[in-house]
Amino acid sequence: MKKIILWISETEYILVILFGLFILISRIFNFAPSKIIQNNFWLFFVEMVTFLPFMFILIGLFDVWFPKEKVEKHIGKESGIKGTIWVILLAMLQAGPLYGAFPVAYLLWKKGCSIKNIFIYLGAFSTLKIPALTFEIGFLGLKFSLLRTLVTLPVFILIGYIMEFYLKNKNFEVKQP
Amino acid sequence: MKILLSLTFVLLIISFFSDREKTVFGIKKGFKMFLGLLPTILNVLILVSIFLSLVPKETLIKLLGKNSGITGIMIAAVLGSIALIPMFITYPLAAILLKEGLSYRIVAVFITTLLMVGVLTLPIEIKFFGVKVSILRNVLSFIGAIIIGLIIGLFL
Repeated sequence: MKKIILWISETEYILVILFGLFILISRIFNFAPSKIIQNNFWLFFVEMVTFLPFMFILIGLFDVWFPKEKVEKHIGKESGIKGTIWVILLAMLQAGPLYGAFPVAYLLWKKGCSIKNIFIYLGAFSTLKIPALTFEIGFLGLKFSLLRTLVTLPVFILIGYIMEFYLKNKNFEVKQP
Repeated sequence: MKILLSLTFVLLIISFFSDREKTVFGIKKGFKMFLGLLPTILNVLILVSIFLSLVPKETLIKLLGKNSGITGIMIAAVLGSIALIPMFITYPLAAILLKEGLSYRIVAVFITTLLMVGVLTLPIEIKFFGVKVSILRNVLSFIGAIIIGLIIGLFL
């Protein structure tokens, strides 16, 4: 019993357990509003759980076949447009949340990447990661994804230029916390 | 969706015949990611199901639908900036919201702020870039996200 209580208090499934209890109790007392909630949940659940495992398989395959190291070699050496293209490519191969990109930004900085390209990297990382794009195409359609990519690209490149223009003579540095 | 599923199968077969070990490793990796995210996915689904049954559809469409105007955009932008939702959940959630009648413009603003602006992760960002630079990046990204949403809204 103690073990079960301990497990429940630590599990990430606590909300799922509570939700299950809620449904059970509403069944017993014929609580009408729970019907809508249940219907909603079931609809979303079926749609997602049927597709998600396949998408994750795709992402897993992608991860083993496209080693980031090959792209990483080019970072820092190339300047100008070529450098920008390489950081965007590197960003597209990553996965994870935005704060996972900050340590990489530090490494880019150490490697001699320009200010502009560091912020372009952050922009590409947050909006153009290939694993995220597969999800976007799957759930929102190719048209939406393509349009969003085409519109987003110039916006974060512009942000990179603005950041560089503003920080040029200000002793900017990326710190390692 | 169907295209993506068939693509997965085709790539899986090609990958399997090129390198069996790599393929198994990749599938394992993907599945591990899925299991790691499953509780979060379920939690978001539960919260969204409850939220959507509490808020009447008319209210939602009035606030965030096609004719919601600047208020809707600001609501979406602020929510997207503050929320911390993994990208694997962002897109299914966006699909649900579109089905509920939200406009593409609003969904695009929400997604883009979610991706580019991070209010809750600002303390982490500041450690790397300092206060001024972090705030500037987030403010520029916030404005950029709204512009992106408006342009997408023109086409969809």
